[in-house]
Amino acid sequence: MSAHSPAAPVGGKLLNLTTLVCGVLIVAALGVLLARFIFGLGFVTNLNDGYPWGIWVAVDVVIGSALACGGFSVAMLVYIFNKGQYHPLVRPALLASLFGYTLAGVGVMFDLGRWWNFWHVFSPVHANPNSVMFEVAVCISAYILVMWIEFSPVFLEKLGRHDLKQKLNKVLFFFIALGTLLPMMHQSSLGTLLVLMGGQINPLWQTPILPLLYLLTAIIMGYGVVLFESCLASSAYRREIEVHLLEPLSKVMLGMLGFYLVVRIGDLVVRGALGNAFSFSVAAIFFWFEMILFFLPLVLIGSLGARRNPARLFQAGVAIMLAGALLRFNGFLIGYDTGPGWSYFPSVAELLVTVGMLAIHVVGYIIVTRRFPVLPREEATAAH
Amino acid sequence: MAKQDLMLLESDERIDAAATRLSMTRREFLQFCAVLATTLGLPQGADAAIAEAVATKKRPSVIWLHFQECTGCTESLLRAEHPTLEKLILDVISLDYHETLFAAAGHQIEAARLQAMSDNKGKYILVIEGAIPTKDGGIYCKIGGKTAIELTKECAADAAAVIAIGSCASWGGMPSTDPNPTGASSVSQVLGKPVVTIPGCPPNPYNFLSSVVHLLTFGALPAVDHLGRPKFAYSRLVHENCERRAHFDAGRFALEFGDDAHRQGFCLYKLGCKGPETYANCPTIQFGDMGAGTWPVGCGHPCIGCTEQGIAFQKPIHSLAKMKNIQPGVFLPGIVEQKGVGVTLGAAAVLAAVAGVAAGAGVKLAKNLGLSHEAEELERAKKAGKTSSESAEV
Amino acid sequence: MLSRRNFLKGCLAGSGAAAAALVPAPASARGNLERPPEALGLLYDATLCVGCQACVAACKEANKNPAEFRAMDHLWDTPLDTTGHTFNVIKVYTNGTGATKDVETDGFAFMKTSCLHCADPSCVSACPVSAMRKDPVTGIVSYDADACFGCRYCVAACAFGIPKFQYDSPTGRIGKCELCRHRHKDGHYSACAEVCPTGATLFGRTTDLLAEARRRLALKPGETTLIPRGRLPYGDVEAEKANTWRREPDQRYEARVGNYLQHVYGEHEYGGTQVLKLSAVNFEKVGMPDLPPRSSASISETIQHTLYRGMIMPVAVLGALTWVAKRNVAPDDDKAKGDQP
Repeated sequence: MSAHSPAAPVGGKLLNLTTLVCGVLIVAALGVLLARFIFGLGFVTNLNDGYPWGIWVAVDVVIGSALACGGFSVAMLVYIFNKGQYHPLVRPALLASLFGYTLAGVGVMFDLGRWWNFWHVFSPVHANPNSVMFEVAVCISAYILVMWIEFSPVFLEKLGRHDLKQKLNKVLFFFIALGTLLPMMHQSSLGTLLVLMGGQINPLWQTPILPLLYLLTAIIMGYGVVLFESCLASSAYRREIEVHLLEPLSKVMLGMLGFYLVVRIGDLVVRGALGNAFSFSVAAIFFWFEMILFFLPLVLIGSLGARRNPARLFQAGVAIMLAGALLRFNGFLIGYDTGPGWSYFPSVAELLVTVGMLAIHVVGYIIVTRRFPVLPREEATAAH
Repeated sequence: MAKQDLMLLESDERIDAAATRLSMTRREFLQFCAVLATTLGLPQGADAAIAEAVATKKRPSVIWLHFQECTGCTESLLRAEHPTLEKLILDVISLDYHETLFAAAGHQIEAARLQAMSDNKGKYILVIEGAIPTKDGGIYCKIGGKTAIELTKECAADAAAVIAIGSCASWGGMPSTDPNPTGASSVSQVLGKPVVTIPGCPPNPYNFLSSVVHLLTFGALPAVDHLGRPKFAYSRLVHENCERRAHFDAGRFALEFGDDAHRQGFCLYKLGCKGPETYANCPTIQFGDMGAGTWPVGCGHPCIGCTEQGIAFQKPIHSLAKMKNIQPGVFLPGIVEQKGVGVTLGAAAVLAAVAGVAAGAGVKLAKNLGLSHEAEELERAKKAGKTSSESAEV
Repeated sequence: MLSRRNFLKGCLAGSGAAAAALVPAPASARGNLERPPEALGLLYDATLCVGCQACVAACKEANKNPAEFRAMDHLWDTPLDTTGHTFNVIKVYTNGTGATKDVETDGFAFMKTSCLHCADPSCVSACPVSAMRKDPVTGIVSYDADACFGCRYCVAACAFGIPKFQYDSPTGRIGKCELCRHRHKDGHYSACAEVCPTGATLFGRTTDLLAEARRRLALKPGETTLIPRGRLPYGDVEAEKANTWRREPDQRYEARVGNYLQHVYGEHEYGGTQVLKLSAVNFEKVGMPDLPPRSSASISETIQHTLYRGMIMPVAVLGALTWVAKRNVAPDDDKAKGDQP
């Protein structure tokens, strides 16, 4: 395989403006959550009978988990399609996934109205295998476990437990395979959740091929997140950007993106749903935002020269993240209509929790990358 | 306008005289006027106007005719307490013809009637009790050799006002029940013009009395509806003021006489109560001045709609009433109601702040990356330029 | 090391399998579930309804639900819609002057809002912990708060917007009509039907109620007919003799037939419901959505079954992935000892 340098902690101070601000946001979010658990969901959220799912579901869980697909996408590339050269990207991607999914899973607990019964979804007495939500819950839970196992070599290395690490490596391939299968299952099922809602979802986002659309965008978003986080981390830690890795990765992303766009637009045309995009409505406007964002990377990094430009890579990454997020946001919130008369906008408290979750992710990422061997050792990258 | 304040009248000597004439104390007389004003639904101050009117004006002459009737309406009037009938006929009005109450009979009473009519020409009130047969020339009711139709027309000609008291006179009542062999008709049908009607079988006497006193006080009869019924008494359905309405609204119904629900005084709708399609004020003023519950529903029997043509003596007593005047309640929700919380200033501000920070940071980062990339490219170009020139030199 | 050819082959096979599997194959399609033969339900005839709300009050009492206040005086129970604490409301449709009952233009009409107890309920399909269940005999869609974990997927899934969550409590639960199944053992049937003075809400076996609905639709508007109240007797004599509902006097009465739309709502919508409705005003205008005959639960479960039935596909894909991963990961390990994967 190609030579890959070992990883190392970045080192440096943990306390800076970023972590401080994040700390404040986290405290605020915890305050809101305390109120939520004491007084109920209605006390802190604007959830109502017409909008049972607000941003805690649509953003924290659905979008959050999709944005956490970097680990899955890169691991698939490296270990299934054997593109070993992307190896240095694996650990940071896995870290982002680890936090993203763990937070998504924890975030679910905040939203559940009767959270003390959460274990029922694993109990054979209660479980309903016909339910899409059942599949999502079990699969995400399993995946979180798998990811902690996949990432444990990092902790084992830091702790100096190379013997344990060796033992783990022998069976790691199975967990990697599992870690490729599980996201396929639950990311597609997150899309299938909408199928049951029937006509309550705008035809622009209601189709029998929802699982395929969500799976494709999850993979694509995974690569987008890698572009985004690589550029961000490198810039923040003042390290060289691994353009030699990101460039071909972005090409893979573009390929999948092209395929997705054909499928997406083809589906809209076949179902005759495109007409909805031309009405003067909030849904139509958001649909065009989503489409534009999906096409943007083709424009931004269509050429090789552009793909070598970290700025363009970063922009393309952000664009695809927003595009995929918008597909989900549109499906679960904008395109969701249970009947006239209902309105929903997240409350300040709800927003604080979502932002707080993001802050935990940021702080966690900083702490782990600075103190654990995740990012590639700096000297080696200068060789390219 | 008459004096507005009842209290000011208390010391008025005319009130004193009237009270003495009516063998009431001043207090009782003023109370009587107040009650009448309330029954009429008149605003504050009217009680004083009535008191003054009763005290001052000349007693109006009343001619009271009886035709196809059971005399129930007169009987109902006899049960009036305020004023009692003797006070009424002796002191409030001048009852110049009444077959039931008069001692005289035969030619004497007919002479009295004709005398009263000529003495009070154009000023007397004609009250008719009972329906008027119209078949076969109206021979099925004759008094003093004259048919009811003739008498009606004769007396109505010079009357100041015509009042049809009771359902029979108002719309035909019991005698007009199918197949109506005598052609029993209402007063307005016979006269060919609308008249004031006080339907009921019998009607509450105060509906009649209040109308008369209203005429006395204000010189005009009270406002009436399209059937001639005074609005103060007949503008509301029995259902609207029924004391058992809460039971209807909560779905508590008596299904059989004597069952548990019936014993508990639940709604009688399912027993055929016609309250929902009958206009009358029975639930409000009830009958007999004996306290609460002195009306059919209050006693546990469904209303039979005795004031309404087409209902009383036509619809079976226990058949389900049609709900007239179904007005959706104000508090009933519409099919579409605005619910949920939309954008608030705070939330929009937080969202804008977060989005702004993220966008700003993103743009800055992209710019930095772009700048460093440009610098790198420049370096590379320089190096390439050097090497190519070097190689070119070689 | 994997050759480029093999790599490409693997790519193609993998993506082909994934793509094909994610588009549901018609062969494993699950059709609509049907109403059980002894399914219980209601027939709501909007033309008979007088908006008295006895059913709203009775439902509150039967389910021990608190009142919902909108005015400051906190005197009257005035919910705007069904909620976690209100399982039945009567809503008013008004148009223009709202003068005439059961007329679409310049008229008004009433519509009952409560659970329709679908033959193929979206909520039952949605619930991951079987808190929403459909009784195999009576077909009643029931809710078990002890099983529920409050994800509110049922709330989002229901096409009629019926299940509602109690957001005002930290231990909130879902609330919806369960046809008063907790009173059945005492011989009481749905409270709304028991108290309805005009028979607008009628309880009975759905097959019998459907026959009654069709009978009314066949009559001419204005024609008189006998309208039953409370419970519609079973269609067959033996079943009626053997029934355990409470004894009631015959409450049928004569009434004039309304100007119905020739459509029994709930007969075919989403595969059929157990609560049927008759109306003189267009159903969509009175809040009943226009739904296709194919239930969304059947579509959703078709997708899930196609992908995951017997876990065949996931296990197969896992097998393939494991084989590939082992090939790719193991050589690495041999080469660089002690190195990270």
